[in-house]
Amino acid sequence: MTVTGAARLEARFAALAAQDRAAFVAYVMGGDPGLGKSAQLLDGLPGAGTDIIELGMPFSDPMADGGAIQAAALRSLNAGVRTNDVLKMAAKFRRTDTQTPMIVMGYYNPVHHMGCEAFAKACHASGIDGAIIVDLPPEEDAPLRDAFEEYGLALIRLATPTTDDQRLPTVVANTRGFVYYVSVAGVTGAAVPDADPVQKAVARIRAASGLPVAVGFGVRTPQKAAQIALSADAVVVGSAIVDAMARNGIKEALDLTRSLSDAVHTARQQA
Amino acid sequence: MSTSEAKRIWPDAKGRFGAFGGRFVAETLMPLVLELEGAWDEAQRDPQFTAQMDEYLRDYVGRPSAIYFAERLSEHFGGAKIWLKRDELNHTGSHKINNCLGQVLLAKRMGKTRIIAETGAGQHGVATATVAARFGLPCVVFMGATDIERQKPNVFRMKMLGAEVVPVTSGTGTLKDAMNDALRDWVTNVDETFYVIGTVAGPHPYPHMVREFQSVIGREARAQILEREGRLPDACVACIGGGSNAMGLFHAFVPDENVRLIGVEAAGKGIKTGQHAASLAGGEPGVLHGNRTYLLQDDDGQIIDAHSISAGLDYPGIGPEHAYLHDIGRAEYVSATDEEALEMFQLCTKLEGIIPALEPAHALARVGDLARELGPQGLIVMNMCGRGDKDVFAIANHLGVKI
Repeated sequence: MTVTGAARLEARFAALAAQDRAAFVAYVMGGDPGLGKSAQLLDGLPGAGTDIIELGMPFSDPMADGGAIQAAALRSLNAGVRTNDVLKMAAKFRRTDTQTPMIVMGYYNPVHHMGCEAFAKACHASGIDGAIIVDLPPEEDAPLRDAFEEYGLALIRLATPTTDDQRLPTVVANTRGFVYYVSVAGVTGAAVPDADPVQKAVARIRAASGLPVAVGFGVRTPQKAAQIALSADAVVVGSAIVDAMARNGIKEALDLTRSLSDAVHTARQQA
Repeated sequence: MSTSEAKRIWPDAKGRFGAFGGRFVAETLMPLVLELEGAWDEAQRDPQFTAQMDEYLRDYVGRPSAIYFAERLSEHFGGAKIWLKRDELNHTGSHKINNCLGQVLLAKRMGKTRIIAETGAGQHGVATATVAARFGLPCVVFMGATDIERQKPNVFRMKMLGAEVVPVTSGTGTLKDAMNDALRDWVTNVDETFYVIGTVAGPHPYPHMVREFQSVIGREARAQILEREGRLPDACVACIGGGSNAMGLFHAFVPDENVRLIGVEAAGKGIKTGQHAASLAGGEPGVLHGNRTYLLQDDDGQIIDAHSISAGLDYPGIGPEHAYLHDIGRAEYVSATDEEALEMFQLCTKLEGIIPALEPAHALARVGDLARELGPQGLIVMNMCGRGDKDVFAIANHLGVKI
């Protein structure tokens, strides 16, 4: 039987842990540069070694994102793509791939506009397993959390270098699937994280949450991805793939995905 | 609206004004916002902080600002007596410095060593750069590229004051985009940076903090009008972008239920054209820049670009307390178009010898209607929140004059 929602994420992490492998998480912007090409890229991700897909929902004012993802969101919006189109694209993907966990990442206003209950229902119906809503901290996320719980979806929280020991329990409480560690204070795709503090943070968050920890923001190269994969349960790359797609198209983006996922998958064996 | 509702103390502990406000920021900023809230709570209760504020407000800003009976405007409109609260006489030429002073003093208290700010018309940028210069702190101001073009004198002033002005080209290159980039800077430079938000918006505690720093306007105006006219006004009127000068004027009058509070949004080319900045008239509740409030947005929750001839009002949101006062009916919100503002700009200049900023020129358009409505027995206080020196190039351009 196929599991869905948070359980699909849990199953994937359990399987990878059994092989002592970190997961490779690829972020792509839904609808960039248009729905057709974006769907092709999405379909190609599992074949390029992606263990978990993070699908961006475009927003007009992406305050936490750097240039690459901002530009991707604008390309998507300018192509007429809206939140529902991204969910439809996900649903289409899910018809042929029932194994690869897929979460959406975006900002709260489009979700708020749709309504938390309607959004959770639509995610569930589209084969989405969870969501990261960047500007929705634990203090404000009760409406979405309740709706997600009802549908068995994972509301994934972010921990950051500014999340101290006092705050960490608040952040990890009620988190499902995994915790996303933002490895540098900054926007997506800007500074490059150092492996050492990341390793310490991962251990701290894993201990506090009992959940797998994915590390993202600033990881661009196979070398850096491999380094992070030694300690993290998952490595997320977004801006670099989005950039490759924008500059050189689908094939280059998938080639980069392949080299990143290979590096992540073999990191611990080669260490 | 029930009496108890209007007299409740907002915001609550979660930074809510009824259903509005809150703290919707990325996790990286949450600890900073909480730290700021703690420091602000402490500062408010510290008599030394208040004394320090009062001293700078008096000696550096030039408070109290005058209240002035605009006799010729009153005559012209042919109705109520119009009094102008002269916050355009403050150092730097607008009400913005009341808040900048407070926030920079708080930044010093917190040991922060770098100031950032967003600006639209440049008044908040100039005021922030001024106070940063006074206290020897480096200052970076984010300003939309469109606004840099239409507010050149202020850009030059900020640079002279030692601030770095960073042009923002994303989006429409206006105030909301400048705020996005200021947030991106803050999230990147978390340890040393203090973000001086210029209006009663953003994550809690900003809407509360900015209101408190600006509420000096209404406290003074209330005492002054009582002294001069022996009674409270029938209405207080102010223009609204984010709403800091309006909240500053309104706050002291909120419990005076017979005083109408009237906010004037920017209707741009007209509400029906869609090219406006009237978030209450043309928007719906949503979440942006850290708070839940009324926003201009499409049916997918994407933010729609605002339009106003006035860079200071060109913002697709409004402070959450205004959203609340709107919903409970304690304040009324109306609008004025670009054309009306331009007409009032010239009228006020000619009749009173006061060159208003384009922002309060919007308020003046509705003051005229209200004066006629109230009749000769009526009494209106309008916040003249900024002077128009910064706008003379834009006005000349509009009139087809080369200077």
